[in-house]
Amino acid sequence: MSIVQAALKKAIALAPDSWIPGGSPDPLIRERHGHVGQPVSRIDGPLKVAGKARFAAEFPIEGLTYAALHYSSVAKGRIVEIRTSEAEQAPGVVLVMTHRNAPSLAKAPAFGTNPKAAGGDDLAIMQDDRIHWNGQAVALVLAETQEQADHAQSLIRVDYEVDAASTSFEQAIADGTEPGQFMGEPLKLRIGDADALFATAPAKVDATYRTPGHNHNPIELHAATLAWSGDELRVHDASQAVTHAAWTLSQIFGIKEEQVHVTSPFVGGGFGSKTLWHHQILGAAAARLAKRPVRIVLSREGVFRTVGGRAPTEQRVALGARRDGTFDAIIHTGVTAMTPHNAMTEPFIIATRSLYAAKSFRLEVDTVKLNTVANTFMRAPGEAVGTFALESAIDELAAEIGMDPIELRIRNEPERDPTQGLPFSQRGIVAAWRAGAERFEWYKRQQRPRSVRDGDWLVGLGCATATYPYYRMPGGAARITVTRDGRAIVAVAAHEMGMGTATAQTQVIADRLGLSMDQVKFHYGDTSLPGIVLAGGSQQTASVGAGVVAAHRALVAEMLKLAGNDSPLAGLHPSEVGGFDGGLCALDDHDRRESYASILARAQRTEISVEAEASMPLEMQHWSMHSHAAMFCEARVNEVTGEVRISRFLGSFDCGRILNPKTAASQFRGGIIMGLGLALMEETQLDERTGRIMNPSLAEYHVPVHLDVPAIDVIWTDEADPRTPMGARGVGEIGITGVGAAVANAVFNATGKRVRDLPITLDKLL
Amino acid sequence: MQFVINGRSLDADVDLRTSLLDLLRDHFGLSGTKKGCNQGACGACTVLVDGNRINSCLALAVQYQGRKITTVEGLTSNGALHPLQEAFVAHDGFQCGYCTPGQICSAIGMANELRTGVPSYVTADVAAEAITVDFDEIRERMSGNICRCGAYNGIIEAISETLGTIPLPEAKDAP
Repeated sequence: MSIVQAALKKAIALAPDSWIPGGSPDPLIRERHGHVGQPVSRIDGPLKVAGKARFAAEFPIEGLTYAALHYSSVAKGRIVEIRTSEAEQAPGVVLVMTHRNAPSLAKAPAFGTNPKAAGGDDLAIMQDDRIHWNGQAVALVLAETQEQADHAQSLIRVDYEVDAASTSFEQAIADGTEPGQFMGEPLKLRIGDADALFATAPAKVDATYRTPGHNHNPIELHAATLAWSGDELRVHDASQAVTHAAWTLSQIFGIKEEQVHVTSPFVGGGFGSKTLWHHQILGAAAARLAKRPVRIVLSREGVFRTVGGRAPTEQRVALGARRDGTFDAIIHTGVTAMTPHNAMTEPFIIATRSLYAAKSFRLEVDTVKLNTVANTFMRAPGEAVGTFALESAIDELAAEIGMDPIELRIRNEPERDPTQGLPFSQRGIVAAWRAGAERFEWYKRQQRPRSVRDGDWLVGLGCATATYPYYRMPGGAARITVTRDGRAIVAVAAHEMGMGTATAQTQVIADRLGLSMDQVKFHYGDTSLPGIVLAGGSQQTASVGAGVVAAHRALVAEMLKLAGNDSPLAGLHPSEVGGFDGGLCALDDHDRRESYASILARAQRTEISVEAEASMPLEMQHWSMHSHAAMFCEARVNEVTGEVRISRFLGSFDCGRILNPKTAASQFRGGIIMGLGLALMEETQLDERTGRIMNPSLAEYHVPVHLDVPAIDVIWTDEADPRTPMGARGVGEIGITGVGAAVANAVFNATGKRVRDLPITLDKLL
Repeated sequence: MQFVINGRSLDADVDLRTSLLDLLRDHFGLSGTKKGCNQGACGACTVLVDGNRINSCLALAVQYQGRKITTVEGLTSNGALHPLQEAFVAHDGFQCGYCTPGQICSAIGMANELRTGVPSYVTADVAAEAITVDFDEIRERMSGNICRCGAYNGIIEAISETLGTIPLPEAKDAP
């Protein structure tokens, strides 16, 4: 951080609350009788259950060609010879593209290097003979049908000159590490002398935890349908970052941002993976070269080869405490992997920065570089695996000093952010623990492991804290159009990957404008709409909310101007006016009002349309803003076979105000289920001899299926965060955090065995 | 080649390598049936053939000429959703909606298997005349349909609620 940035950060922290977004709470927080908070069914539900929601690979285009990719079988080196003539002569083949004939492309700006950069890596794609990972696409075949393309790519033969590659995480660590960075800041924090205090602490744990690589595996395969018209590129994409994708493609192809039109009305799951990878870029390049539209659908293996996942980690957690459980020292350090061609460090210490009070801290993430597909963010990057280590260690310490693990956590509850010193915007984790413990009947837990048995099954209870920060990124914006029939269209370049965005935002906008839900249309998933809104970091709800707040303010001001002196609203300042019953009213006197229809009719306008940008997201530097949850797990472990079954699970959440209990509960449960996968089965296996992923399929990369998942109970405090739009914080990622530790702690309670390397497979319990 | 899909007779001249899934999606524009793995591991492509559920990605189209194929598009009648489709919406049995058509077709095929007494891995008494339908029995039988968003609880609720209302498929030799 530069001196100027540091000074600015300090100034924002010390500024009066009223200067900061959220300084005066969103008036919508007080609205308790509207659509917000209602368990509304998804508005796109009928389309989805009828199979009518159209995904990226389902848009018909005249003259379409189908693409297939040929992947490198070595991790590093160069192509000596690539033989394509057989493929070129195969039936139906339109084009075989390799580095020898690909159009000239600029390097892909990698995510994080520019506010709109979306590249998974920063390579110049198919521009030379270099190989960067085992699985890199080295040729693309276009044919009249998918079958013809698939067959033709199988006829391609490549000779490689192989260089020594770094493909072993352990070996790379032994060879030396480099400091990690996240969002431009070093992943390193020291407060006090943690090593000295740890050395003298009367109670301590010091353990190493390991987590493997993970792949997102949304069920919709990564796909795009692309077509050029002159220098204009049209992309039907599966994207959680349409504006970012369009800007990045424009940089690669040397055209203007407006010349790339990306839409993505429905996304079949993303979890961090549906950004810009080589397949869309290669598809666009091939479409340009062949002068034909292209559909590219990665095979499931192709997704593993082309789209990166979560990087592996090796983490040390050392806790030093007094006999009463108070922490003297928290040390959380370790190593994760990245590649020479990306900038994403899995930031596993983030949760540890704000969860507990301690006299001293030493937190540090180091990195090594592997020659693999670029790793990327996957649901709760950092927290998902970081909380496994930290919350397992807390459980180990509780066992060590003979204290209830919930009480140990509450004993170390901080009054202010323990490492930044900022006040909390809202923090209800203690309430979540108490409510959860009562509902889960935690008092029945036996502190001594192996105390409960049911036939061959050992039964244990475990718990862990879950946490995820409130984020809001710059770039939020919205356009609101109100028509004379009293309807509103709100447009934001946001995304619906199943989070319930379209539904929850329609509820919010209806309340803000004083309309019913069927009078509101929410348009999204299209680069022609305003805003730079990443569906990531659980920030989309806040980003859209802030954009709508700004546009609404502009709308009210415009409306008041139009209303003029003949309106009951005459003389009111925009800040004194809100949406109510199909129009505007004075906030302190609901009888002083006029409908939108009446205002527009009198002004002889058919509609009014305003667009505005959201405030700069300074609130995160002024308050410490985090969601939390208390996770409770009951695990049954078969003493004969070592199988683990999760028989009960409860998540007790504190995530600000819940906008839609139905869709939010699904997000919580979905996160927890992905957490069960992380705990028990998910592992991307790399063949360290060749750098090739060995299990690139859903048959061999296991994810939870119906029978793995019990009825999952979720509850929440529903306490509004006064510093956020709508009083809400994101709900998409927190569900996966804490789950790995809750399961591991329950398995320990059942068996007395402490598993510190995920996943907890049966071989580790026998 | 001649196909009977959702009660309609359709002709197509396709490559013999074409899967039933690609036939539906690429040749007939019936994109309600989804491709999630193309190797029989995820269940997103589940359709009904003569009332039985199959993974259409593992089926060659050429083998299914003349068989009665039902896809998610064939479940609505006169634009009205099937009770199971309604229940999926009511119980939030999906998030992104991509695996949903497969889950729904699979559940309808499963209802048939349950009624005809086909036992499963969790059936306590495999010799029993009738299957006792409970939470475990439905979960086990639906485990071939992966939902990565994790809407499993809602899916099972929706199926449990409507299981009794799912009609038996018509006999194989029906016209």
